[in-house]
Amino acid sequence: MAPLLSVKDLSIGFGKDDSVVRDVSFDVAAGETLALVGESGSGKTISCRAVLRILPKAAQIRTGSIQFQDGASCKELVHLPEGEMRDLRGNQIAMIFQEPMRSLSPLHRIGNQVSEVLWLHGRKSEAEAKKEVLACFERVGFPDPERTYSSYPFELSGGMRQRAMIAMAMVAKPKLLIADEPTTALDVTTQAQVLGLMKELQRDTGMAMILVTHDLGVVANMAEQVVVMHKGRVMEAGAAEPLLSAPAHPYTQALIQAAPKIPAAAAPKALPAKKDLILELKSVSKTYSMRAGKGWKAPSLIYACRGIDLELPRGKTLAIVGESGSGKTTAARIALGAEPPDEGGEVLFRPQPDMPPIEVHRMDRAARTAFQREAQMVFQDPYSSLSPRMRILDTMVEPLEIHRIGNRSEQRIKAAEMLQMVGLGRDMLQRYPHAFSGGQRQRLSIARALMLDPSLIVCDEPTSALDVSVQEQILNLLEEIRDQRQLSYLFISHDLAVVARIADEVAVMRRGLVVEQASPETLFHNPQHPYTKALIAAQPEPDIHRPINLELVAQGAGRPENWPEQFRFSGYEAPPLTPLAPGHKVRCHV
Amino acid sequence: MEILRYALYRFGTMLLTLWVVSILVFVIINLPPGDYLSNQIAELRASGQSAGVAKAEFLRSEYALDKPLWQQYFIWVGFMPGPHGFSGLVQGNFGWSFEFDRPVAEIVGDSLWLTVLVNLAAVLFVYVVALPLGVLAAARARSWVDYTSAFVGYLGLATPNFLLALILFYYGHRWFNLPIGGLMDPAFEGEPMGWEKVKSILIHLIVPTFVIGTSGASAMMQRLRANMLDELGKPYVETAVAKGMSPSRMLAKYPLRVAFNPFVADIGNLLPAMISGSVLVSVVLGLQTIGPTLLTALKTQDMFLSGFVLMFVALLTLIGTMISDVLLVLLDPRIRYEGRDA
Repeated sequence: MAPLLSVKDLSIGFGKDDSVVRDVSFDVAAGETLALVGESGSGKTISCRAVLRILPKAAQIRTGSIQFQDGASCKELVHLPEGEMRDLRGNQIAMIFQEPMRSLSPLHRIGNQVSEVLWLHGRKSEAEAKKEVLACFERVGFPDPERTYSSYPFELSGGMRQRAMIAMAMVAKPKLLIADEPTTALDVTTQAQVLGLMKELQRDTGMAMILVTHDLGVVANMAEQVVVMHKGRVMEAGAAEPLLSAPAHPYTQALIQAAPKIPAAAAPKALPAKKDLILELKSVSKTYSMRAGKGWKAPSLIYACRGIDLELPRGKTLAIVGESGSGKTTAARIALGAEPPDEGGEVLFRPQPDMPPIEVHRMDRAARTAFQREAQMVFQDPYSSLSPRMRILDTMVEPLEIHRIGNRSEQRIKAAEMLQMVGLGRDMLQRYPHAFSGGQRQRLSIARALMLDPSLIVCDEPTSALDVSVQEQILNLLEEIRDQRQLSYLFISHDLAVVARIADEVAVMRRGLVVEQASPETLFHNPQHPYTKALIAAQPEPDIHRPINLELVAQGAGRPENWPEQFRFSGYEAPPLTPLAPGHKVRCHV
Repeated sequence: MEILRYALYRFGTMLLTLWVVSILVFVIINLPPGDYLSNQIAELRASGQSAGVAKAEFLRSEYALDKPLWQQYFIWVGFMPGPHGFSGLVQGNFGWSFEFDRPVAEIVGDSLWLTVLVNLAAVLFVYVVALPLGVLAAARARSWVDYTSAFVGYLGLATPNFLLALILFYYGHRWFNLPIGGLMDPAFEGEPMGWEKVKSILIHLIVPTFVIGTSGASAMMQRLRANMLDELGKPYVETAVAKGMSPSRMLAKYPLRVAFNPFVADIGNLLPAMISGSVLVSVVLGLQTIGPTLLTALKTQDMFLSGFVLMFVALLTLIGTMISDVLLVLLDPRIRYEGRDA
């Protein structure tokens, strides 16, 4: 039988430049999942968009053919007239995009945007379409389809929006679904649930799927066929199982090597006794009051952080892990003095081992300036945290200028030194940020954070915007610098596998509370809390024989009110954080 | 219901703002030393015309100009009884123009409505021209359509309005036999409204509308184009295309809807900018709008007249912003549902 979609020798280029996709070929059989794997810039997204012919204006398909089996007839998509192409889009071939936040129009109701697919392909009256859409909403897991139908996208969470996108793609029952990094912008647990849903839908409807991703863990969980791309070319292609367990091409081997894994911890490891704390958070809480929509209602309170006690010994790394909205970033901001904690909370900072601690939130101007020299931050998004209008040199020496350290030539020498420390050349000082790749930019932000010789660095998801292979390098760099310069890290992340590598202690947060806290070894060997278990279970691994355990994920990542008795929250009432073993605390009733 | 409540709330804040504006206007008008009458009295005294002095003194007490400033303010607005009881702006008595020696209401009368008419026509012109051109320029960005419209737009922005007015008058008259100057045929002035008069006014409106609206339209067009281009790059546009929508339908439903917000928000700014911008045009074109009157009144310190005109312009502005605010709430659910429990 002929494959559903057959791409042969596809080349795509921009303007007069060399082709960015060269001689790419792959087949997708009906009902099968093909994964297009590669780093950013590998041409995987462009290749799959070429199938729908929704390329950027400047790009053209140069050579090759894309054949789609539509019923009995076989269509050549490269030369299909635009009108016929439109009939295929959304109807026979649907697409899900990476950012569910921005892929839905903010001004139209979800129901309108989803039923539009049915209206466009002229198959349904409005009432029939609505009925079908409601059924589809129920299928993708919306608890109240009617309500969703009349909601606006901004009223839904990221995971729910991606479900709406899936519903939009599925509602016309397409033969082929193209999913472009459908879960990259989601939390691990949400990702696991969305992937599970996609797999289930595929089983039900028998559609084929092209999954574009950079995450081999996702591939192992989803795909039957894999195509590995690099710099516009196919490096290796074949069935998922042999390819992942015995990759032939060195590039694939390197990718698998770099994929973050949760280590199979042999034994729990107790934390060494903590002395010489550089940073201490004592019962830190933060409550925001949300202005109510109506003037006469009392503002609603949001408990971003509740009773957080954390200790970071000098030269160590403390990681805070949690989903978005868990309060991890708020905790870090309070630790840096960017926001005051609620009454009763306290943050202590000891710049030197034998010095008396400074209270971060009761400092005068001079003390604050001194504190800022000691505590620096590395941000999540290397693309927006460097000013595009400043040369690297100016960005680097700016902290020194603010704190009036050294003269111009000393500052310059220091900047060059720091660049070399993070593995970049001193000749790059005169360039602007746009000349650097994502990984290089993140090295630059690390170098900038190091300019003031701080003793504490807060890393806010420093690797989550990067490709896996680059992520690996940045983590190595961070570790190296920490050990070389005796730095202490407060490391914020949603990714347990990343944290497993770098942290000495991990605090798992949910709903503003620490639910479990231990060394990573203990946490992975003997996780106690259902949410921790869910996080570990949700981590996709590039091992085809270890699929995600959706049951565990669903149990732990669900509402805290539905956790097992021992751990259950009721409203704002939560069990106390109880030490189970030395250095292992779990929020549960004993 | 929510909308109605919001509209009422906005109306309340508008009244409050108007009150603050009235204080500001009054203070500013009284900033220069003296007032129209005391200047006149000094002048008359110098030339020894005691009869005139007596009349001026009488007017001073008649209009409470001999009272302390704060009382003058309250009497002017109508919050306090003056020499003739409560009789201020609130009660509909706009005061006396010393310069023209007639009640303000009488001087301003028709020109008030003509001002509104001319400027509404211009605003309409701005929107009718800018909307399709802006969308077209964005949809065909970096093509000859875009460049041509940008070129014409910049020409419109750069040409001084009064120059454009003169050119249009000349060629309009020569080629289309359009009338020159005025807002209606002199024969209809003072006549009651009738079909012929309306027709005359409409024909006379063509050139002023074009002149006053051109620069606003080109500015608005460029803004809409830029907004649209921003929106066109957003992922939800791609989603719409991937659904199988045709480009024109997609343009109208998604990006235009979003790009429309600033477009609507501009209504409030457009009105006052046009009224103050059209003063010179009105002088050149000989339009009986309120602009030239305001100019004279301000020059001669004719306080009641200028005060009233300023208040009127402020009122138009406030009504404009109120309309655009209410429209925005209607158009954008993100504003409408702010604070609603999700």
